[in-house]
Amino acid sequence: MRPLNTFQVGQRGVIRRVDGPPALVQRLGEFGVLEGETIEVLGFAPLGDPMEVRVGASRLSLRKAEAAGVLVEPQLPPVS
Amino acid sequence: MSSPQVIASTTKRPLIVALAGNPNTGKSTLFNALSGLQQRVGNYPGVTVELKKGWVRHGTRQWELIDLPGTYSLAPRSPDEMVAVELLLGRSSTEPVPDVVISIVDATNLERHLYLTTQLFDLGRPVVVAINMIDMAAAQGIRIDYAGLSQRLGVPVVPIQANRGIGLESLRQAVEAAADSQQIPQPITFPEPFEAEVTRLYQATHQAEPPFVLRRALLDTGGHIEAELLSRYGDSFRQLLQAARDRLAAAGCSVPGIEARTRYAWIRTALQGLIQRPAIPPVTWTDRLDRFLTHRVWGTLIFLLVMFVMFQSIFRWARPLMDLIDGGRAAVTEVVQDALPPGPLRSLVSDGIIKGVGAVLVFLPQILILFGFIALLEDCGYMARAAFVMDRLMSRCGLSGKSFIPLLSSVACAVPGILATRVIEHPRDRLATILVAPLMSCSARLPVYILLIGAFFREGYSAWVPGLVLFAMYMIGFTVAPLVALILKRTLLRGETPVFLLELPPYRWPHPYSIARRMYDAGRAFVIRAGTIILAAMILVWALLYFPYTDAQGQSYPERIAAAEVNAEQARQRLQESAELAEPLSETERQHLLAQLDEPQRLSADWKRQSWLGQAGRGLEPLFRPLGWDWKIGMAVLASFPAREVVVGTLGLIYEIGEVEAAAVSEQPTDPEAQQQVNRLMQTLRREWANDPVRSRYPIPVALSLMVFFALCCQCASTLAVIRRETHSWFWPAFTFVYMTTLAYLAALLTFQAGAILLELSR
Repeated sequence: MRPLNTFQVGQRGVIRRVDGPPALVQRLGEFGVLEGETIEVLGFAPLGDPMEVRVGASRLSLRKAEAAGVLVEPQLPPVS
Repeated sequence: MSSPQVIASTTKRPLIVALAGNPNTGKSTLFNALSGLQQRVGNYPGVTVELKKGWVRHGTRQWELIDLPGTYSLAPRSPDEMVAVELLLGRSSTEPVPDVVISIVDATNLERHLYLTTQLFDLGRPVVVAINMIDMAAAQGIRIDYAGLSQRLGVPVVPIQANRGIGLESLRQAVEAAADSQQIPQPITFPEPFEAEVTRLYQATHQAEPPFVLRRALLDTGGHIEAELLSRYGDSFRQLLQAARDRLAAAGCSVPGIEARTRYAWIRTALQGLIQRPAIPPVTWTDRLDRFLTHRVWGTLIFLLVMFVMFQSIFRWARPLMDLIDGGRAAVTEVVQDALPPGPLRSLVSDGIIKGVGAVLVFLPQILILFGFIALLEDCGYMARAAFVMDRLMSRCGLSGKSFIPLLSSVACAVPGILATRVIEHPRDRLATILVAPLMSCSARLPVYILLIGAFFREGYSAWVPGLVLFAMYMIGFTVAPLVALILKRTLLRGETPVFLLELPPYRWPHPYSIARRMYDAGRAFVIRAGTIILAAMILVWALLYFPYTDAQGQSYPERIAAAEVNAEQARQRLQESAELAEPLSETERQHLLAQLDEPQRLSADWKRQSWLGQAGRGLEPLFRPLGWDWKIGMAVLASFPAREVVVGTLGLIYEIGEVEAAAVSEQPTDPEAQQQVNRLMQTLRREWANDPVRSRYPIPVALSLMVFFALCCQCASTLAVIRRETHSWFWPAFTFVYMTTLAYLAALLTFQAGAILLELSR
């Protein structure tokens, strides 16, 4: 289980915990960043922060500091 | 325009329909398609949010449509977000409760969009779900069973494609049917411990608060409703709420997580078997484009290119249109000059009103172009990417990526820049951006810089010095604005760090009608709301420069000037004749004629010097002296309150050259006659300062202190008017004026004093 901000581009995993200030946890929840959901890192902004992730059918941008509270269990990339 | 109420009274009262949905769902497109041309933007006291309303007749029914601000949820965190909730609850003091709420959702992302829909179910109003973008869903191979969905949700569901008007007729019928039946959807049941706590709070508040409000108070830690109830019920309620949340946490239902978990679980069950998706999601255009547009190298290059084109367009493409408006203003002034007899009325109309109206209209090209760009970038989905790319840089000064475009636009002009802050959702961030936008070096400062640089930094300096000084002036704005933003965010606008979660919506083709509509709305709002204040400021300064218009002997200046102009014309003819006939004049006669030639300028200078503003300039001279200025410079600065570039014209008046058009002061002069006048002003400034004990000793420090002052001051009534309009308060424009003027004064003081000391040391 690792914080989301340590993930690399293309890595995905299952969210296990969402910590942070209530307003942040609530907003993340509204977008579907919840325990048990799959999350994928799509990229980082040119200056390294924020990061772009995919949850469900939504693409979100969040700062690394915000992503640090999202603990994710990495999944191996699907074997093709 | 016929009043909707009148029409409705012949049938029924108007049907009130509210439109709710996430941002980027095509909500505005649907609103425009449903309401047509008859729209109005309304303001609400104490908040910056605006509600758009539209009226349309459908069959025998009159509709009043309300476009609620786009939102991802009904958990209000600010008074702005509370407006929609109050309205939907029927607690708004100005708006009636809606008969029906249309919940517009995106067919390609149903699960997340239905989250807000389920929150709307809690409000006790009939809901109709409009599923938009069915074409995009079909293209991605998504198939939805609408009838089944309607059954599971318990509300009518209508598939639509708002941009092509598909399904709108069914939607209208569904809305009217829902209004007639008044069938209220069933709210989602939360886990038992949560419902128990809501009941407990309901009893504790003596059943005075609607359950919706109590649910939100419980769920939204630090939210707006919590704050409202705390102020109403005091500390005992705080303890009550805390105890309830503690019990919920112990029961495994901790807030706020419980809401998202409950709703998403319910939605997933409801959608079971109703949506068919391809097993492997197809790679969409958004995926392909995003890889490119947020790429480390390409993304940055494209971003810079987009910003460059946008900036160029507001800076340069607007120019011909602005010149056209200026030309029109000059033409109208001439007509008025001919039509009215000389006197206060003619001067008020031509120098006060027409100039003021021209000063308002001249901003329109920039505002329209900028808002065209913003609407285009938002509609196609690039705006969020631009914020994504710039966020890191802007976060250094406590702002977010969304502040970049408003600040960049302010380099052309702060007025459209401040209007552009509407793209920033966080109220404190938006306010900070508004307050520092006028510090960016706008194009109105350029004539001031060029005039002074031309007068004092050209002769006797290397060719690169003028450019360097100009560059330094621009850098003042670029460095001070972020610093002030940082200070504001650490002091006055301090608060918990807002969440910077940003949706990166799918890329879509923009809709020309909504872009045109955004441009029209922005232009109209500016002219009506800010225009009046700008006009008032122009007329005020006109009056201060016009009155009193009689000299010490009680003779009217305008009349004396008119007479002197006749004499000057005769003198000009006499001089020309003598030159043509090669008939030399006696030296005394030549001197006399030359003096007559200059008499009108001398008289207007006299007039302005003894005007109220001139008197103020002299009275305030002790204040200007530490900056190295005399009362003439001080008065010109005071007179430039409506707009910075006015200082050039006022300097021309006071230094007896006649009014110099600020537009003539540019890098590429076009009008040789106007350019000659500018050159004369530069020469006069040099000559006058050379004859003055302070300014002859320190010409460079004085010129620099004046430029630094203009770099930082807020001599721009239009900016203040727009701040007033955007913040809905007089406090913030007053604050901006005071802090910028103080900053400008201190910086000018430092510049002059340091410059003078350095000069003394080097002597």
